[in-house]
Amino acid sequence: MIKIQNVHKSFGPLKVLKGIDLTVEKGEVVTVIGGSGSGKSTLLTCINGLEPIDTGRILVDGTEVHARTTDLNRLRQNIGIVFQQWNAFPHLTVLENVTLAPRKVLGIGKAEAEAIAEKQLRHVGLGEKLSTFPSRLSGGQQQRMAIARALAMSPDYMLFDEVTSALDPQLVGEVLETLKMLAEEGMTMICVTHEMAFARDVSDRVAYFHKGIMAEIGAPEQIFGDPQHPETRAFLASVR
Amino acid sequence: MFGYTFQWNQALARLPKMLDGALVTMEVAMLSMLIGIALAILLTLLRLSGARPLRAIATGWVEIARNTPALFQIYMAHFGVASFGIHFSPFVSLLIGITFNNAGYLAENFRGALKAIPETQTRAGRSLGMSQLQAFRYIILPQMLRISFLPMTNQMVWAVLMTSLGVTVGMNADLYGVTQDLNALTFRTFELFAIAGVLFYAITKIITLGARVIAARLFRY
Repeated sequence: MIKIQNVHKSFGPLKVLKGIDLTVEKGEVVTVIGGSGSGKSTLLTCINGLEPIDTGRILVDGTEVHARTTDLNRLRQNIGIVFQQWNAFPHLTVLENVTLAPRKVLGIGKAEAEAIAEKQLRHVGLGEKLSTFPSRLSGGQQQRMAIARALAMSPDYMLFDEVTSALDPQLVGEVLETLKMLAEEGMTMICVTHEMAFARDVSDRVAYFHKGIMAEIGAPEQIFGDPQHPETRAFLASVR
Repeated sequence: MFGYTFQWNQALARLPKMLDGALVTMEVAMLSMLIGIALAILLTLLRLSGARPLRAIATGWVEIARNTPALFQIYMAHFGVASFGIHFSPFVSLLIGITFNNAGYLAENFRGALKAIPETQTRAGRSLGMSQLQAFRYIILPQMLRISFLPMTNQMVWAVLMTSLGVTVGMNADLYGVTQDLNALTFRTFELFAIAGVLFYAITKIITLGARVIAARLFRY
């Protein structure tokens, strides 16, 4: 369970998060929508401790992420994150991209790590590309590789930060299909996205962020069918 | 024409000795390069570190290495430290001087290479649970070495040529030292140094070709 309690976060004078409260249960899929600068991507990087927070608490399975004593390297093994820019490691093959962390971080042997990686890569439809270098892959394929790379650590949680925003339109579908598959398999996910149809389809709950606050959260039918907050209404009208 | 009679045979008879010297030259150059690369990586880490004194040490090293003559650096490694009672053999002093120079220049090359690697690469590694050092070792370092490979080859050539400065600290086993001693014995100055020049050229060519072969094997992407 991920528990976010009254989290405030600023970059210099700019207040990005102004008191966020959100609890995500095991197996739940929560999508976060909202305009740019609403703080939704920042929230994800706070959850895995890549960014410090000013006040408040974030608990992952009871471990306080920003406590001084928390072993962040260990915590991150359990929280996969995939970014808008997929950040493939260009000097490694697709297979090596995926085996690197299991081998060096978890200390798994080469053969076993390769078996895990191969399974994850087949899962995202890259079984034929194991010995290819990322530069030979399309954006959509690189993004799916990044997803397999995160999954190879067998995390309990996956965070997706606008993973289709940097892709050519015709490549968006394949990546969303992969996310949908994960959601159906019961992965606990928080997805920041601009894909409204996707949010409506896969989410258990949809949160609408506006200027650093969570203006509204609810079932997708409610958020998309009967938004309560005037800002949610205005936002949804603008993206339709 | 200038009243000088070429006597190539006399000079060529000394070729085996010069080839022995060439081997020593290559030995010094390669050792100084290997240790220099290791030190340059260390200097790069120091410069990236948050600790001010560590950064200052690294920056000082790079500044001195790049902005003083190589001859000064080798001199200091021999006669300079001797003032404090530390005595190195000419071989060791030459090795220290060139290594110091290599490390400084290479660290600067590495710094440039790091700028070409996006910050997000480290971030991606960290979010997979890697420590800062693991992310550097497995993600940043291989890319950094590849980007700076050509400048590294240049430095290797420069290291070979810098060995000729060893004569100033009494080094006589390397190619230049051997040539100078033979010249004192035979006075076939032009012939001997011409041969030395050809040998220097051959050594640097062998090294750049070797580097290219290594690069082709190492850099697969």
